[in-house]
Order: sequence, then C-alpha cells, then structure tokens
Amino acid sequence: MKILVAVKQAAFLDDEFEMRADGRDVDADFFEKDLNEFDHFSVEEAMLIKEAAGDAAEVVIAIVGDEDADDALRTALAKGADRGIRVWDDALAEADGVAVARVLARLVEREQPDMVFTGAQSADFGSAVTGMALAGLLGWPHAAVVCNLDYTPGAKTATLRRELEGGLEEIMTIRCPAVLSIQLGINQPRYASLRGIKQAKQKPVDELSLDDLGLSAADIAPVARVRKMYAPERGKAELITGSAAEQAARLAEIIKELRGM
Amino acid sequence: MAELLVIAGQRAGELHPASLEAIAAARSVKLAGDTLAVALIAADPQALVGALSVEGVDEVIAIKASDDFQPDLTEAVILALAEARKPALIATAHGVDAWSFAPAAAVKLGCGLATDVQALRLEDGALVATRAGYAEKVLVDLDFPGKETVLLTIRTNVFEPAAGSGSPKVTEMAAPAADIATTHEGWKPPADAGGIDIPGSEFILSIGRGVGDESNVEQFLELAGGMGATLGCSRPIADNGWLPKARQVGQSGQLAASCKLYIAMGVSGSVQHQWGMKHVETIVAVNTDPEASIFSIARYGIVGDMFEIAEELQNHF
Ligand SMILES: Cc1cc2nc3c(=O)[nH]c(=O)nc-3n(C[C@H](O)[C@H](O)[C@H](O)COP(=O)(O)OP(=O)(O)OC[C@H]3O[C@@H](n4cnc5c(N)ncnc54)[C@H](O)[C@@H]3O)c2cc1C
Ligand SMILES: Cc1cc2nc3c(=O)[nH]c(=O)nc-3n(C[C@H](O)[C@H](O)[C@H](O)COP(=O)(O)OP(=O)(O)OC[C@H]3O[C@@H](n4cnc5c(N)ncnc54)[C@H](O)[C@@H]3O)c2cc1C
Repeated sequence: MKILVAVKQAAFLDDEFEMRADGRDVDADFFEKDLNEFDHFSVEEAMLIKEAAGDAAEVVIAIVGDEDADDALRTALAKGADRGIRVWDDALAEADGVAVARVLARLVEREQPDMVFTGAQSADFGSAVTGMALAGLLGWPHAAVVCNLDYTPGAKTATLRRELEGGLEEIMTIRCPAVLSIQLGINQPRYASLRGIKQAKQKPVDELSLDDLGLSAADIAPVARVRKMYAPERGKAELITGSAAEQAARLAEIIKELRGM
Repeated sequence: MAELLVIAGQRAGELHPASLEAIAAARSVKLAGDTLAVALIAADPQALVGALSVEGVDEVIAIKASDDFQPDLTEAVILALAEARKPALIATAHGVDAWSFAPAAAVKLGCGLATDVQALRLEDGALVATRAGYAEKVLVDLDFPGKETVLLTIRTNVFEPAAGSGSPKVTEMAAPAADIATTHEGWKPPADAGGIDIPGSEFILSIGRGVGDESNVEQFLELAGGMGATLGCSRPIADNGWLPKARQVGQSGQLAASCKLYIAMGVSGSVQHQWGMKHVETIVAVNTDPEASIFSIARYGIVGDMFEIAEELQNHF
C-alpha cells in the first residue's frame, strides 16, 4: 500500500522586491521559500492514514524542483514520510502546474500508488491546477478541496467531504485509486520532532531527470506563456503615519465618526 | 467568427450566480460575428434557461443529467463540445466545482489554461489573461501561443454579472457517455453560528494570523467589545480552533453583508478572505508588511504592529 504526496516549495516575496531584467518574474534574490502551507495538511493526512493502518502504508513525497526544493522535501520527510523523489531539469524552470502534472504522472506510473494527494492550491500562485491536471492525465477519479476523508489504504472506495462556498460541504464517495487535493484545516498538522528532522536527512531520496522519466522538454511545454509580471496599481489606501499612539488616535477618530459615537 | 463557450453551474438545481460573471467575462471579448453559447448540466436544465438568457448569449445548451456535481461528466461535456465546435474560449467561474473539472478537462483537450483570471482582453487578436501571483503581490499577463482553444476560470466578484435580456436558441444535448467515479451522498451544512452574526454586523474588527498565538486572541475580543464591533477572523484562526468558524470571514465562511466599517489586523488579504469583505465601504488595514495585498483594497492603511495599535486603541473606548 502506498500514498504519494506531491509537495511544492512555495516562494514568498521580501517586503521590497524587484523584477527580473526580462520583466517576466521577480528577481530570485527577493524570495523566501518554504513548504507550501497546504502540503502540511496533505502530508499529515497521509501520515494519519498510515498510522491508523498500523504502518501498513508507505508514504512517498514527490517534488519537482531544483536543489533549493530539497528543504521542502526534507520538511515533509521529517514528519515521518518514508522516502522522497525529487525531479529536476533546467528545462523545468518555466514549468507551470500542467507541466508539473506531466512529470508527476510519470512518477505515478512508476510508483503505482493507491492514492495521490496534492495541496488544494499553492500559497504563492494559487492556480489550483496541478492535482486535478494530474488526475486528468492519468484518467483517475478526482476531487478538489477535500476537507474530510475516510480512507483505508488499499480500499476500493473512499468517503470524503468537499468544501464548497459559504461553509457548506458535500459528502461523496469516490472510487480509488484517486487524486485528491487537500484543503487547509482537514487536520492539525504535526510539527516535526528533532528526531524526525535528524532522520529526514538520512531518508532515501531518488533524484531523477526528465530523461529518467522518458520525458523531453517538448512534453512539458507550458499551457500559458508569461508575457510580463508587474506590481499591481496600489489602491487608494490613505496611509496613517506617526507613532503607534498617533496612529491609534486617528483610527479612533475614524471609528467614532463613522459610528456616530 | 469565433465561438465562445461558457460552462454554467448549478447546485441542487439553483444556478450558480457566478455563472453570470463568467458570461460577462466571455462577453467582454466577444467581437461582432462571434457566437456565445452557455452549457448547463442539470436535472431540469430548461428551468434555468430563463436565468441564462441574458444579453449577448446566443445559445443555451441544455444537458439533462443529475443535479449532482460529477466532474467526470462535466469534463466529458466540455470535451464533446470542444471537439464539435472548436471554441476559441471556454470560460467558467473559478468556484470550487471548477477546481475539480477545469484542469482535468484542459489536459484532456490539450488546450491553453489559466485559472483565477481577473481580467482578459484581446491584443492584436490574441487573448491575454491577467491573474495574480506571489500571494496577490504581483499580476501576471498570460497569453496562449499556438492554442486553438483556451480554458479560463474567472475569479468571482470581479465581473459585473451579465444582465439584460437575450433570446438565445436552446439546444438540447444528450449527456455524453462518461465513466463516473464519484457518488453524491449528501450535504453537511455549516455549524450553528451560536448567536455570532457576521453577515448582520455593521462594524467588524477582524484578526488574522498576525495574532500569532491563541493566548493573544482574548485582548481583541475585549477590544471589539469595547468598540461595539463584532470580532471576525481569517481562516487560519478558525482552523486552529482559536475562534469559532462562525467568525470566519471569506469564501468558505461568512459574507460581511451589512458591514460598513471593517478593520483588518494581521490579515494579508488573500482572495478568499477578500471575497467576504472587499465590498465594505471603509476598510482599515493594520499590517506590518507594507506590501500586503490588503492595503490595495483598504481606504486607510496603518503599517504597524497590531498589538501596539490595539493597545493604544483600547485607551480611546
Ligand atoms: C511567472 C511564474 C514564475 C514561476 N517561477 C517559479 C520559480 O521560480 N521556481 C519554481 O520552482 N516554480 C516557478 N513557477 C512554477 C509554479 O510556481 C508552480 O510550481 C507551478 O506553476 C504549479 O502551480 P501552482 O504553484 O499554482 O500550484 P497549484 O496548481 O495551486 O497546486 C498546488 C499543489 O500542487 C502540487 N505541486 C505544485 N507544484 C509542485 C511541484 N513543483 N512539485 C510537486 N508538487 C507540486 C502540490 O501538491 C501543491 O500543494 C513559476 C510559475 C509562474 C507562472
Ligand atoms: C477554497 C479555499 C477557501 C478559503 N476560504 C477562506 C475564507 O473563507 N477566509 C479566509 O480568511 N481564508 C480562506 N482561505 C485561506 C486563504 O487562502 C489564506 O490562507 C488565509 O486567508 C490567510 O489568512 P491570514 O491573512 O490571516 O494569514 P497570512 O496570509 O499568513 O497573513 C498574516 C498577515 O499578518 C501580518 N502580520 C504578522 N504579524 C503582524 C503583526 N504583529 N501586526 C500586524 N500584522 C502582522 C503579516 O504581514 C501577514 O500579512 C481559503 C482557502 C481556500 C483554498
């Protein structure tokens, strides 16, 4: 029994940042990177299933990313996952969610997992594409924004809840194997223990190239091309400046005026 | 003479209101001679034809099937329509249902794809879509060279819902064969609000992850009480169980429907949070990060520490 969890290293911008010379991305000097928030929940969900089954499931973490992405992979491994796979090739530098899904599809064929989890979206680009594109490529059952899951490793079906708008949830059963995108709040992700972090450094990680997966650069062509990236025109926010006491005094004035106090 | 296709949605037989926004988005790039068709899967699609007969819609494609959302069926419909009609654009609302079917349909079709699109335009005949990146701090213009068809999911609450009256022709389409892997089993309604009324509150003080720790929450409850505000929060605060879900503002929580003054402290301004409060007339943002996207929708901004501001504010009430 095996659960494959795809994780991403998300990028966050420094308070001040500059665009790259070609104007199509932010200059890489201005990034902070970390495991995508949603992936803490998908890794946790896989670990809970593994533990409930008395360890009778292997949890494999897959990431598409350069050496930098090793950190995110180890963060996931430190929570108790068994091993990792990292795929990289310079041709992946402009990969979008669909390109990443094409790589993951090859990994799924190779690993034959019983279940695949992704995060519902990434905290940086938030396309909500990768998981369900993967399902489309595989022709597997799929559900997005899963906020509750009842699944035993190897079972032919799972029962889940999809989180809809306004706090409503839909209960559905789904045939397995399936690809599920996992929503925030489905569980309470654990922090890695010191022991876990130490062990993560020793855990086996397969490093694969596109070639190893039988993919060429043409196979991972993006589904959209970035023309340019730019800072949005900032709205009209009038900045309240001064010391905290002065700022609060002005805010109190605004409140009292608007509330007729 | 392009064909534009909108995939409308319904839940339990009620039209998904954002479908009209997707129609408006498609209509914004409709040129003379183009046709705009709207497809809808429902148990009784005819009952919703009226609601979809808005200005600019030339055809409603009615597909009779279950009201249950089945991504496999929606994808089969998109594939069948795309193959038969070769639409230049397929647009649908970026709602939770689309999260399930749009990427899967796009890879099966091999078409261009962009999600959560907030603006689109034609530039020298090429479709250009704009979406946000890096937690809403930048915008990205995307185009789709070499793609005959482009599928876009349209951010909600951006396009004015399509209105006006049209007289589309109605085409009935048999549901295509699809291997349906999901079964609808029921609904779980949101938990009881326990007297907390975000939709009815005129004045909301909302806290986000900037609050840092559960033990810091109490002082904001007191501050809100002192000012006569209702305390709201962003999702992580509710997910952590620091405040009840009924206080969560946003797409999967509450809409601050009656709010006139919204003070957001330590909230970054994600699209899902904005969904519940962007419309409020006076928004005040307090955030340590001057680039936080909440400032782009705020009327007043304070770049500063929410604890210091809260402490000082307390002295005024
Ligand atoms: C303008 C632009 C610049 C970019 N710059 C970079 C860059 O500098 N470095 C870089 O690595 N990528 C970069 N990307 C790629 C991008 O950040 C994503 O990796 C890819 O587009 C996936 O989409 P998403 O982040 O919206 O994830 P979503 O489709 O929202 O899906 C999130 C989930 O999909 C899975 N997933 C997503 N990406 C991966 C991955 N790489 N490996 C494994 N699982 C994954 C995870 O489960 C994650 O929780 C860039 C993309 C664009 C459009
Ligand atoms: C399908 C779906 C539905 C969702 N529904 C909702 C929803 O209904 N509501 C919702 O809120 N989210 C929702 N989310 C989650 C959303 O994507 C974000 O993760 C969430 O809104 C982030 O909350 P936040 O702004 O509090 O946290 P963060 O994004 O982490 O922001 C915290 C902010 O606090 C600031 N800060 C830190 N310390 C201080 C300080 N001392 N003083 C002042 N500022 C400080 C930081 O600069 C930062 O801007 C949903 C997500 C999905 C995928």
